[in-house]
Amino acid sequence: MGTEKIFIALLTIASREIRRILRIWLQTILPPAVSMTLYFIIFGSLIGPRIGPMDGFSYMEFIAPGIIMMSIINNSYANVVSSFFGSKFQKHIEEMLVAPIPNFIILLGFVSGGVARGLMVGAVVTIVAMFFTDLQVHHTGIVITVVLLTSILFSLGGLINAIFARKFDDVSIIPTFVLTPLIYLGGVFYSISLLPQVWQKVSTFNPILYMVNAFRYGMLGVSDIEITHAFAIILLFIVALGTFAMVLLNRGTGIKT
Amino acid sequence: MKALSIENLTKTYANGLKALKGISLDVEEGDFFALLGPNGAGKSTTIGIISSLINKTSGKIRVCGYDIDSDFDKARSCIGIVPQEINFNQFETCLEIVLNQGGYYGIRRSLARERAEKYLGQLGLWQRRDDVSRTLSGGLKRRLMIARALIHEPRMLILDEPTAGVDVELRRSMWDFLTGLNRQGTTIILTTHYLEEAERLCRNIAIIDHGLIIENTNMRGLLNKLSNETFILELRNRIPENFSVPGHETRVLDEHCIEIDVGKDQLLNTLYEELTRLNIEVLSMRNKSNRLEELFLTLVDNKQNS
Repeated sequence: MGTEKIFIALLTIASREIRRILRIWLQTILPPAVSMTLYFIIFGSLIGPRIGPMDGFSYMEFIAPGIIMMSIINNSYANVVSSFFGSKFQKHIEEMLVAPIPNFIILLGFVSGGVARGLMVGAVVTIVAMFFTDLQVHHTGIVITVVLLTSILFSLGGLINAIFARKFDDVSIIPTFVLTPLIYLGGVFYSISLLPQVWQKVSTFNPILYMVNAFRYGMLGVSDIEITHAFAIILLFIVALGTFAMVLLNRGTGIKT
Repeated sequence: MKALSIENLTKTYANGLKALKGISLDVEEGDFFALLGPNGAGKSTTIGIISSLINKTSGKIRVCGYDIDSDFDKARSCIGIVPQEINFNQFETCLEIVLNQGGYYGIRRSLARERAEKYLGQLGLWQRRDDVSRTLSGGLKRRLMIARALIHEPRMLILDEPTAGVDVELRRSMWDFLTGLNRQGTTIILTTHYLEEAERLCRNIAIIDHGLIIENTNMRGLLNKLSNETFILELRNRIPENFSVPGHETRVLDEHCIEIDVGKDQLLNTLYEELTRLNIEVLSMRNKSNRLEELFLTLVDNKQNS
């Protein structure tokens, strides 16, 4: 398959994914906007003033980057896991498997869909956040890079989950029992400097801490961890998950018998 | 030139089931080929391996001269697949499904649209191109899968029971479409449970059973193997007691209906002469079952008994 044909195939998968997101916007775009609005109202407006400033910012200013990042993580993951598993369940993944598409294009196509949803939801939640606080951007380049890399990483995570999933329950186990606890303990709502020394150490094993803090650094200029360290961790995870996903696709795990 | 060449193909599933035990098969370019076998014989496994949906255990497959492992992109470009089960996104429109498939083969949108119009039109689906696919009837869904399989204009089209559950009218129009396609040069491989369909459409045939090819020949040669045929005769007059026709096995079904065996070397003229001599008037005559069906059952039974 020549370069042009490969590009057309990639564009087809990516645009199909984006059309899917827009077709079911009531399931993909609106719910995160509603739930994040509630976070801003409850944690930012009602409880936030009683908590007081954190790392030199009002509580609302402090949690806004974390909440935006939380919605990007959840939605890029959810998009790929549901779309890929849906295509396995309905068997239309076979449309791609019989075609001469290299597996890395299938991977990139689904990841593009995850990134697109992450960006769309991130943009909507950012607009919501602007009704509650004056958002600042300390470093635009870092903000954009962290958003892109994080959505790529969690799209890959969603893809791997979907490859292994055999029933609908398998699609929700990781988000419920792994992703959500890691997000909540990843410094979205607090600075880890508030934790005892031991728990600060434990928190450094949570990869989401690095993404939330890198994004917060891009927005506010403060972070619990070194920014270069954060980028290294994110890239490392992308390479590891990307390689693992490729191995699974090449083997045909979960999609071929 | 061989459209398909299979050498010693085996497949053992993870549960230990040996679905294919070393089959070899050649299909010439331009052929209309039937792959028949009882349920669980290994037909769909074979098709799944050819179309890259199932991993083979061992063996070699070449499609239009291209190895499906080392030249997978060229081999896959030569194949169009119409699977047994509906496998398109039921939330997409007919046009989206066909255009997307074109995209997966790297076909530009403008060309894909031209072809979509051509094939959806030929299959009577162009008027319904913007309908969500789940709203189509079973027969139209199968036609949509044929249009989708043709979007990249493959040299070989494989259809896995394409007329299962389709009404007679739709089935016959599908036969006409496939015959026309084959005349234009597309090799067609068909699996079906309707043996009348295989007898009517296909020139060559392979019968697979328990993962082995038990017969691989041309249709005429296969039908010549049939030692006798059974006809059902409807008679005007009541059948007399102790009725028999010399040289033929007969069975009385009711007082106006008999079943009669005619050997491969026996003439129907002689049979009619004999019936006339016995003052038997025949109102109608028909085959008890499809000729290929009889042969198919004999071959499969023989294999199981051996």
